[in-house]
Amino acid sequence: MSYIIIIIGAILVNNIVLMQFLGICPFLGVSKKISTAIGMGGAVAFVLVLATIVTYLIQNYILNAFGLGYLQTIVFILIIAALVQMVEIILKKVSPPMYQALGIFLPLITTNCAILGVALLTIQKEFNLVEGVVFAISNAIGFALALIIFAGIREHVDMQNVPKGLKGTPIALIAAGILAMAFMGFSGLV
Amino acid sequence: MNQWKNFTKGFIKENPVFVLVLGMCPTLGVTSSAINGLGMGLATTFVLVMANIVISMVKSFIPEKVRIPSFIVIIAAFVTVVQLMMQAYLPSLYKSLGLFIPLIVVNCIVLGRAEAFASKNNIISSAIDGLSIGLGFSFALVLLGGIREILGSGKIFDITLYSENYVSLIFVLAPGAFIVLGYLIAFINQIRKS
Amino acid sequence: MAQRESTFINMVVTLFVITLIAGGTLGYVYTLTEAPIAIAKEKAQKEAIKTVLPEFDKLSNPFKVAAEEGSDSLEFFLAYKNNELVGTAIKTYTKKGFSGLVSIMAGVDTDGNICGYQVLEHAETPGLGSKMTTWFKSTEKPKQSIIGKSPKTTKFTVSKDGGDIDAITASTISSRAFLDAIVRAYNSYEKNLESNTGNKK
Repeated sequence: MSYIIIIIGAILVNNIVLMQFLGICPFLGVSKKISTAIGMGGAVAFVLVLATIVTYLIQNYILNAFGLGYLQTIVFILIIAALVQMVEIILKKVSPPMYQALGIFLPLITTNCAILGVALLTIQKEFNLVEGVVFAISNAIGFALALIIFAGIREHVDMQNVPKGLKGTPIALIAAGILAMAFMGFSGLV
Repeated sequence: MNQWKNFTKGFIKENPVFVLVLGMCPTLGVTSSAINGLGMGLATTFVLVMANIVISMVKSFIPEKVRIPSFIVIIAAFVTVVQLMMQAYLPSLYKSLGLFIPLIVVNCIVLGRAEAFASKNNIISSAIDGLSIGLGFSFALVLLGGIREILGSGKIFDITLYSENYVSLIFVLAPGAFIVLGYLIAFINQIRKS
Repeated sequence: MAQRESTFINMVVTLFVITLIAGGTLGYVYTLTEAPIAIAKEKAQKEAIKTVLPEFDKLSNPFKVAAEEGSDSLEFFLAYKNNELVGTAIKTYTKKGFSGLVSIMAGVDTDGNICGYQVLEHAETPGLGSKMTTWFKSTEKPKQSIIGKSPKTTKFTVSKDGGDIDAITASTISSRAFLDAIVRAYNSYEKNLESNTGNKK
């Protein structure tokens, strides 16, 4: 039962992008087309789940066991950087067009606050490994969801007559704000 | 290098938030009040300056292909220093900023400056660059935080300006962050054009 | 100065050395800050206890009491003035907050009534759930206050659920969570009394 709460909580109620403000850079940068949004969502999802598992194991079996808690930040980010490097290599082999389409944003997944954020949150919320994985997958879905919806909105906004001063980033942010407002409507769910 | 220009660029011309549109996560996440914005801004400035200095010092010892991971470790070390110092000496600020303190390590601004500037310039210029961008960032955060705090809670730096009955709560919540930032960027863009 | 070549050996060595130096420096800073961090934590705790209990001059060493259901045990602090027990401070929690964990220091006086509370940690929505820090001790609106009341004589649930406490407007979930924490503290208090009758000093 508590898994349902974790899932709904992460995807809708406390959406990682729209409520927790993690993963904004790719959110604003990659959301101009639905196809790239899907690709980015998938890549982030993969790294997110893997990173959460690995950081959880390292935190509990190495860092905590040896009282090295203060090395958390360094160790976590190194793990994430290594995983992203791995994804880049795999993607280049498996799907070169997707690799091209994501371009510079692929290595930038390392600096995606969502990944480090979720890894840290899993430890903070004292989930066990299974709950952590559920949490990570749900957040990945939430991230992809926000990204894809937003890409859809932006494709439409770009075709409208936006006042000159608001064109580009400003109108995107305002649209995101309204989307965030919509998501606030989920707050009664859990 | 004109160090004065180097120092002032971070405030308007190359402001990381309003112009370069980097470091969005903490910008939206900790600006529900001006003091939080200031705290985060100064913490990030510290990391920026120190990381820039160290990276500028060791840039010729780092092989090109491991540049990014090396920078990340150096930055992460300084972020941890900030974490520990805050926990010890500024515990209430540490609690308010929460998750976003360790997230300084993935703040695109810090890695961005290391890559774009510190790895290519001398120590003094890099230090000043870090200071400039960091202070510009702090300025943006305090501005955004201040607006949100005034509109959303009737206070500024915890000083009550008007009654809580007239506040627009939305501004200290998630949507408010996006919307105020959007309008701020539009406004600053207009100023820059003229 | 030309940059070093990106040979495999160079890369591994560089990364290793940097990480080593970084780790070592951090270890040093950690030992420097370990004590101040512990002191800051203790200070915050003592301040919280002072807020929730009547005046005291001696604080017992904290001891743990198992919570009725739920895994974590609660920390108890007995406060004395002139060697007489004046109140018990209990560090309680709830995981049912809107945004997860809420940690509260609750004060129970010698009559078994809640005499104070302080929210230690929460991530509730500002302007809504976050109002719990003052809402339930309101002196102007007694129907929402829990001060001077006890779960034995008053129903510590929100009016919506048939209880006697008025919830925070538009924040029923946070209010329920808050009361959940207080009730948990009180239940442990009762349990502790039962097992300690006669042993309180």
